[in-house]
Amino acid sequence: MELHSLTLHELRDLIIKREITAKDAAFAYTRRIGQVEPDVNAFLTLTPGKTIEMAEKADKILNGVQPGAGLPALLGIPIAVKDNMCTKGIKTTCASRMLENFVPPYESTVTAKLQAAGYILLGKTNMDEFAMGSSTENSAFGATKNPWDLSRIPGGSSGGSAAAVAADMCAAALGSDTGGSIRQPASCCGVVGLKPTYGRVSRYGLVAFASSLDQIGPVTKDVEDCAIMMNVIGGHDALDSTSADVALPDFTANLKDGIKGLKIGMPKEYFVEGGIDKDVYASMMEAVNVLKSLGAEIKETALPHSGYAIATYYILATSEASSNLARYDGVKYGYRAKEFDDLLDMYKRTRSEGFGPEVKRRIMLGTYALSSGYYEAYYKKAQQVRTLIKRDFDEAFRDVDIIITPTSPTPAFKLGEKTADPLQMYLSDIFTISVNLAGIPGLSLPCGMTSDNLPVGMQILGRHWGEETVLRAAYAYEQATDWHTRKPGM
Amino acid sequence: MQYEPVIGLEVHAQLKTKSKIFCGCSTLFGQGPNSETCPVCIGMPGVLPVLNKTAMDFIIKTGLAMNCTVAPYSRFARKNYFYPDLPKGYQISQYELPVCQGGYVEVVVDGSVKRIGLTRIHLEEDAGKNLHEGIEGASHVDLNRTGVPLMEIVSEPDIRSASEAAEYMRKLRAILRYIDVCDGNMEEGSLRCDANVSVRPAGQKEFGTRAELKNMNSFKNVQKAIEYEIKRQIAIIEDGGRVVQETRLWDANQGITLSMRGKEEAHDYRYFPEPDLVPVEVSKEWLDDMRATMPELPDAKRERFAREYGIPDYDAMVLTESRALADYYEKAAKLSGAPKQASNWIMGDVLRELKNAGAEAEECPLEPERLAGMIKLIESGTISGKIAKTVFEEIYRSKKTADEVVAEKGLVQITDAGEIGKVIDEVMAANPQNVEQYRAGKTALLGFFVGQVMKKTGGKANPGLVNDLLRKKLA
Repeated sequence: MELHSLTLHELRDLIIKREITAKDAAFAYTRRIGQVEPDVNAFLTLTPGKTIEMAEKADKILNGVQPGAGLPALLGIPIAVKDNMCTKGIKTTCASRMLENFVPPYESTVTAKLQAAGYILLGKTNMDEFAMGSSTENSAFGATKNPWDLSRIPGGSSGGSAAAVAADMCAAALGSDTGGSIRQPASCCGVVGLKPTYGRVSRYGLVAFASSLDQIGPVTKDVEDCAIMMNVIGGHDALDSTSADVALPDFTANLKDGIKGLKIGMPKEYFVEGGIDKDVYASMMEAVNVLKSLGAEIKETALPHSGYAIATYYILATSEASSNLARYDGVKYGYRAKEFDDLLDMYKRTRSEGFGPEVKRRIMLGTYALSSGYYEAYYKKAQQVRTLIKRDFDEAFRDVDIIITPTSPTPAFKLGEKTADPLQMYLSDIFTISVNLAGIPGLSLPCGMTSDNLPVGMQILGRHWGEETVLRAAYAYEQATDWHTRKPGM
Repeated sequence: MQYEPVIGLEVHAQLKTKSKIFCGCSTLFGQGPNSETCPVCIGMPGVLPVLNKTAMDFIIKTGLAMNCTVAPYSRFARKNYFYPDLPKGYQISQYELPVCQGGYVEVVVDGSVKRIGLTRIHLEEDAGKNLHEGIEGASHVDLNRTGVPLMEIVSEPDIRSASEAAEYMRKLRAILRYIDVCDGNMEEGSLRCDANVSVRPAGQKEFGTRAELKNMNSFKNVQKAIEYEIKRQIAIIEDGGRVVQETRLWDANQGITLSMRGKEEAHDYRYFPEPDLVPVEVSKEWLDDMRATMPELPDAKRERFAREYGIPDYDAMVLTESRALADYYEKAAKLSGAPKQASNWIMGDVLRELKNAGAEAEECPLEPERLAGMIKLIESGTISGKIAKTVFEEIYRSKKTADEVVAEKGLVQITDAGEIGKVIDEVMAANPQNVEQYRAGKTALLGFFVGQVMKKTGGKANPGLVNDLLRKKLA
């Protein structure tokens, strides 16, 4: 078996046993990237110099430690980072013309934590511009292709990260999720993706899309890898006031304890036959049987306000985005229009030329929703509905420990299929969006294949700070099936 | 027709914190452009604000000092607008839930106390500064000031004259300096004021249309600008015109206000709750802690001074205008054991000297200890009040004590009746005509004789003794 096809924990075991060096691991991935990246286009920036430098540094640490002694959790592990997390001295573009040449002078908290854990950076992954989209087609630098079928989208907005993991171009990746941007691409690409509880992972250095919804999380080859990554990136950060000061458990500790007696809810609103792709539906029904066979108790549950999630989300997320993206004005950094008459003209041209159509659409929506005279009817109302959606989950979690849903109503669709119809595109996130509104954790893992040989993802939701239970259920299901071992034929 | 002005003030006070409100950068002034900045205050992609707790402490203290309700739960909001000196494209401020609500301060108007209500006090960050001068074909931006903590104190429209507005400003400044949260320097912009001014026919209940005045950088300018604006609005109404709602700039050189922007150009700031900051909860413990650090405030001090030291209300008010002056007075009063004398000297000579030098009480070169030393000499009769003027001059401009000056210059008062009597005899001998006139009933000449005796003794003769002896000898 090739090194690049190993999971993170398998690779780590080889490094711990000194069977391979960090450099071996790094080269395995850079070679693999050289082979398949031209077809996939998962990366916006590759950092070969940095990769070698970090691998050598990791090997130095490795050589300085007696075999058998503890090592940093990600020592020598090659990882890809979504291009909306600031990396000091390395371009961070958000897949936007606006930040095409932006080199941050500071490091995000998550990548600083990865560094402290000894990781090797491979590069920065492609995404929908400013994380706005569900297909990675909104990248200003070309779409990423789905490794399972190059004519299809990898999902979005963390499409580059999911495709890179699926195509074995990295051992693991970081994504960010505002309305499904980790889980939906993980589902489309047949990998594992977790959006942690809001406040679990620091957002410092994550270029903001919608501050009250954004959350960074891992994209990995299996559930154990996801738990290992969470151990590294989670925890309170004094630089992010919204990161919660709650204890960070060891997510691997109870991973293998099984799910006997676990109460699993199936929201009736999410399992409407005909509302979702028939292969997705069938895969979910099969998954339910597997979970039952593992000793879980399946119950129907209700999330009555689900129908309002998309409308609520597109008011709140765009409102926050319209403000978060105001800083891209051509004054301090980033793109500035070449020609302009005066200050106002510079603003207009810079922003008209620097942002793509979806970003502009959302800025306009959000600006409108916050405008005087409309604020009460839109933003305020949406906040109220958000509270109702949160309450739905609180209610549901009185009776069940976790909730399962399909991650996405359809498998990966064709490139260009939905670009002309933004509303159709928005519906890709119908099962993931309410999770961000509620702030709870949600994980997507492979649970089947369609007749077209495309991966299907199952979403597992937990209570606030309930990642351990989510991961334990996901692990149990994963071990009972072999979907996670399937690879695209690349 | 009689008109009544209606005035409300929005005062911005820069807080004296060492670091900025949402990052660790220094708040020092006068540094090179953009030297006091970091990714957070420059508004780099991905950065997040973290609230400076000291800024919260300061606004809580202000709220307590101004009788406000300190909200147990408050939150920040974004005020959105584009301007080069605003790097994030929004200012973090407060909107729906400010830290302080209600409250009042008391000012003395025409000898009686008037209460000016407060609407709210909230925290926000300052913007940077655009630089246009000395740069060919370009403007630059200095972001050193970006993120410096400001407190906005909004009054109710309770103010009825320009002088009342200036009095209110002085009072705010005094309180802010007492609790040591703002240095109150209007010229340097650490205390800024916008005024909403309207006029209405006396007796009318509804407010007239208001203009918002900006750019008044001293107490004097606040008063002048409002005075001008009141006259301008009355003139418009008298001419049958209508005041328009607009923002007007005070031009101190021309002494007039000029239209800056109209209502139709007013911004829609699209306020919404700041999602990057969690709401601030002020616990009872926090409030109690702040209450425990509160010093005695001007009003309480004024009452106590009048009561304890038996000085007039007016003196007590002047002496409590700043904490440093009040401390100065209290020290001088206690050390000299003559609170009234101390008050007279400080109200007169000390404040005159400070005013001439444009200095504050804390910068006074004459320490209260040395002033008290001089007052003691007067009280003991060692020097006369007149001699004391000379001694004051000397000790104010040197580091000498009054005792040293008196000894050096031989300024000790002559209290020996025999010695003074001799001088009187000489004076009477030299002015026989005047003696005659006095004795004929022109007693007003007494002053002439006193003057002559003082002149001959170089002002050292004890005036009381001189008077007594003269009356006896002239009788």
